[in-house]
Amino acid sequence: MLRFLLSRVSLILPTFIGVTFLAFILIRLVPGDPIEARVGEHGISDERLAELRHEFGYDQPLWKQFLDYEVQVVKGDLGVSVVTRESVWKEFVTLFPATVELSVAAILFAMLIGLPLGVVAAVRRGSAFDYGLMGMSVTGASMPIFWWGLMMILIFSVTLDITPVSGRISDAFFVEPWSGFMLIDCYWSDDEGACRSAWSHIVLPMIVLGTIPLAIIARMTRSSMLEVLNEDYVRTARAKGLGGVRVVIVHALRNALIPVVTVIGLSVSGLLGGAILTETIFSWPGVGHWLVESIARRDYPVLQSGTLLIAVLVILVNLGVDLLYGFLNPRIRR
Amino acid sequence: MADVTAATPPMPGRLALLWRSFAENRGAVVGLVIMLFLIFLAIFADVLALHSPIEQFREHFLVPPVWQEGGQWLFPLGTDDVGRDMLSRLIYGARLSIIIGFSVASLALLTGTTLGLTAAFAGGIVDILIMRIMDILLVFPSLLLAIVIVAILGPGLFNAMLAVVVVTLPGYTRLARASALSELARDYVTASRSAGASTLRLMFDTVLPNCVAPLIVQVSLGFAVAILDAAALGFLGLGAQPPTPEWGTMLSGALQFYQRAWWVLALPGFAILFTVLAFNLVGDGLRDALDPKLKR
Repeated sequence: MLRFLLSRVSLILPTFIGVTFLAFILIRLVPGDPIEARVGEHGISDERLAELRHEFGYDQPLWKQFLDYEVQVVKGDLGVSVVTRESVWKEFVTLFPATVELSVAAILFAMLIGLPLGVVAAVRRGSAFDYGLMGMSVTGASMPIFWWGLMMILIFSVTLDITPVSGRISDAFFVEPWSGFMLIDCYWSDDEGACRSAWSHIVLPMIVLGTIPLAIIARMTRSSMLEVLNEDYVRTARAKGLGGVRVVIVHALRNALIPVVTVIGLSVSGLLGGAILTETIFSWPGVGHWLVESIARRDYPVLQSGTLLIAVLVILVNLGVDLLYGFLNPRIRR
Repeated sequence: MADVTAATPPMPGRLALLWRSFAENRGAVVGLVIMLFLIFLAIFADVLALHSPIEQFREHFLVPPVWQEGGQWLFPLGTDDVGRDMLSRLIYGARLSIIIGFSVASLALLTGTTLGLTAAFAGGIVDILIMRIMDILLVFPSLLLAIVIVAILGPGLFNAMLAVVVVTLPGYTRLARASALSELARDYVTASRSAGASTLRLMFDTVLPNCVAPLIVQVSLGFAVAILDAAALGFLGLGAQPPTPEWGTMLSGALQFYQRAWWVLALPGFAILFTVLAFNLVGDGLRDALDPKLKR
């Protein structure tokens, strides 16, 4: 077991170095000198430019610069936003809970609806329900979610006026940011109005971000269930005279879930990509919105370190899924 | 090589078989029809469009579609905020999307297949290096990586397409490598090798034709991804720039007006959805037809 753990952990080291290298090199590709870009349009004397270049280490050979950057990153120094002068790490930590809250809500929404739909479609294979669901599933997976979000706003916020357009909670409420997760903080604050406001704010972005995972989960659950329903142990359970629902839920679904859960775990990367679009549309104050804004502001340190942090996060989550899968399934523990 | 082709049934029979299997899947046929319709629009856009996609009719801002009150036949699907004909823009957008999908998918296919085959054939350090780089690219959420690349190269359709090629590359590379590796173990490759075929010949002439099936599927699905990602970049203001009639770019321009004029928002989105859906359906259909093992 320990060897399995060590081998998996050691595998992420080169990936981590590669990811930092990419983050390092991408920013060097910005046309023009990074110092000049930082100085902007104000202009600066050649002497001062050389001085700044030396100060930031841009006169060093590239490999030396990369080593310095690597050391910096490992120490946790991720630079300072050019616009706010705030440390990038601090900004990330402040905004990150909003992204996690939205993503977790979206994935729970997708599972809550997708799993039962997939199971029913598998049990009623070939029925109109099955065909309808599979048609909807491929449509959902093809959805341009930036447009989907705008349509939801158009229908539910503008036309029907039942949900707010943007943000996490109405300005009328103040909730002590205890955990950073609005729904949890509202729950603790015992303020019913604030809770309702927070829920009405998250419901549309949650559905929009959850649409593609929902489509994928429904489809995966269906095909995984179909496979399991043909297994001997399901037939045995049926032969023992167990009721249909019990066989489906207890015997089949539990086994069918393993691949589904793995897919969900590995979809974190896609979910974060979707969060960028969803947060932008709903002005959700999370990491994705922050990164998109940083492009317009030419805030390269934010773009660089923000991207790096997200990549490291994906590495860690993938490692977690991998280890968990190893614990659950001893056969791959080699 | 000659012996191998002779042993399999002649081409027309194989294609007919493939078509029969493909046609069984009703969704795939619907997707194919939409796809052909889009290609038709793309080719004949100059003839089919009533107006130039960028011509501004100054007296006709935000004219609603013809079936709504105030609509007129001059602009069947209405006009946008500067008086451009929506239908013409959508038709030219189809041309643009087909071009985007085609260029991105074929460039990614070409590069990815070459890298994948090289990794499979070279093995050792080259293999590890190529596949590690692909793993690293895969760690970034693909849209985020595309955004960063475009932010650095500068916004524009060409850079956006380049970015999408980079982020879709790992899929093609992994697929090409995996199928090449499984073919490499086969006897016909050993036979060809012992007959003195060069590595290049082995790679592209002997092994590649037998890896085509999964790659075709990947290209069809890759079309969908390319169109979707390019539209997302256009929507964020990083892809095609106005007044280019790219569907995603049209959506980003619609943001200020959609409360008054639903058609400016709804129509380009439907166009993206149907196009992506069509290519996904065709891709799924091809996968089922080409690889009976994976059949649902």
